[in-house]
Amino acid sequence: MANYSTNEFRSGLKVMLDGEPCSILDNEFVKPGKGQAFNRVKLRNLNSGRVWERTFKSGESLEGADVMDYDMEYLYSDGEFWHFMDPNSYEQHQADEKAVGDAAKWLREQDTVTVTLYNGSPLAITPPNHVELEITETDPGLKGDTAQGGTKPATLSTGAVVKVPLFLSQGEKVRVDTRTGEYLGRAKD
Amino acid sequence: MSSQDWQPNANTGMLRLRGAINRAVRDFFHQREVLEVETPLLAQHPVSDPYIECLSCLHQGQPYYLQSSPEYAMKRMLAAGCGDIYSLAKVFRAGESGRRHNVEFTMLEWYRKGFDDRQLMAELENLIQELVPIFSGYDGRVLGESTTEACSTLPVRYKSYGDLFNEHLAINPHEASLADLQDCIDQHLDMGDYRCEDISTALDVLISQYIEPLLPGLVFIYDYPACQAALARVMPDEQGQLVAKRFEVFIDGMELANGYWELQDAKEQRARFLADNQQRRNSALPEVSIDERLLAAMESGLPDCAGVALGMDRLLLQLSEAEHISEVLSFAWPRA
Repeated sequence: MANYSTNEFRSGLKVMLDGEPCSILDNEFVKPGKGQAFNRVKLRNLNSGRVWERTFKSGESLEGADVMDYDMEYLYSDGEFWHFMDPNSYEQHQADEKAVGDAAKWLREQDTVTVTLYNGSPLAITPPNHVELEITETDPGLKGDTAQGGTKPATLSTGAVVKVPLFLSQGEKVRVDTRTGEYLGRAKD
Repeated sequence: MSSQDWQPNANTGMLRLRGAINRAVRDFFHQREVLEVETPLLAQHPVSDPYIECLSCLHQGQPYYLQSSPEYAMKRMLAAGCGDIYSLAKVFRAGESGRRHNVEFTMLEWYRKGFDDRQLMAELENLIQELVPIFSGYDGRVLGESTTEACSTLPVRYKSYGDLFNEHLAINPHEASLADLQDCIDQHLDMGDYRCEDISTALDVLISQYIEPLLPGLVFIYDYPACQAALARVMPDEQGQLVAKRFEVFIDGMELANGYWELQDAKEQRARFLADNQQRRNSALPEVSIDERLLAAMESGLPDCAGVALGMDRLLLQLSEAEHISEVLSFAWPRA
């Protein structure tokens, strides 16, 4: 992989830091008027998901990380692994629980998700920002209670539990933001 | 390059705000009978500071340097007896580009005869407090009338460099060894396996990377370590500790200005030039030619004076609550 100098650090660039694949979030050049130049860099450790702040002397460099994002179709879970397929090559990849993480509760078979491969293996799974899923379980709907802002928990077909308005009932489809877990509205169809 | 690249970075309100601030600065100095002067932007000598790189160009085979500050030329004027002077002009520093840096920027620099560092800090505070209300008329897009009812002054603190380090890091910056400072850096910052090469760099890392973001409002830091005197005189403070009569001003966590109770001794100045060149050699940086005309001016007699340089773009950036320096520039570096 190529090496990148601090002045090439851009948001989204994937680099290796202390043996961990990281994605650069922010890079700020800070130089005291009379002193040496440094770069304050924020990175996300793609293994742990944690944000890392490191200060580099300007001009230092890091090795690029072999990390790429691909759109893949989610096939199924066998209980231990989640299986994905590249729709262009038909190549299949299996991701473990660590890579799937919280994304598991949003995965519906045949949906397209982003699979991040690191050295060819799934490192992280990112569901679409918005998904439309069916309510499989919730307390009975309260008709005519649309004006009040009350909510109740609802279990969706993928297992996620989200707060929905009181008037929704089992079998209806809702639109949810997977980043926040927030209910956005009824699905259009 | 996008199709909108021809447009100024700053919006019209910001262009007006900058114009209003420049006019207010000139009024401020006019009222105090401080003369506006111009200095060469291209000059035969760069500054000696090891970590300031001047842009150079050739004229008929001879190198000239875009000035990183009008300091040397202004001191030659002071030595010639011109009295109190200020300059509001562009300066250039190679390689400095980012959210808070632009290679070309506007510097306000002024010198006051008979002032010491304390008096000059007080005058700088007055200037900024006079400018603050003008910003109240700027809403991010348009410059309107400034609101007089708003309690528009910035909170101000004065603190010595020693007290600042003691307060934030429980360390004495004048006496700590390189190993002590490196331990302190390792405790407070993640810099991987980087090790500072000298005390001055370690102090810079601690103040610029750790302390600076923790300084809200307008903060004056004075009595710098003697090893960071630059062009300031070195004297004992009240406790007998040798300190540089240098100060810096921070505005909402960003370095804004740097001033000195000026060194007058030409011999000492030559020694500092030579030391800077020695450090340049050690760091494999090009040595600079020494400005003999500045030394001759100091030899003939630089009046007792204090001087300060203030980054106008940073003042606009911080007080207008912009995110990036490009928002306060007509054309930032990538569009220049």
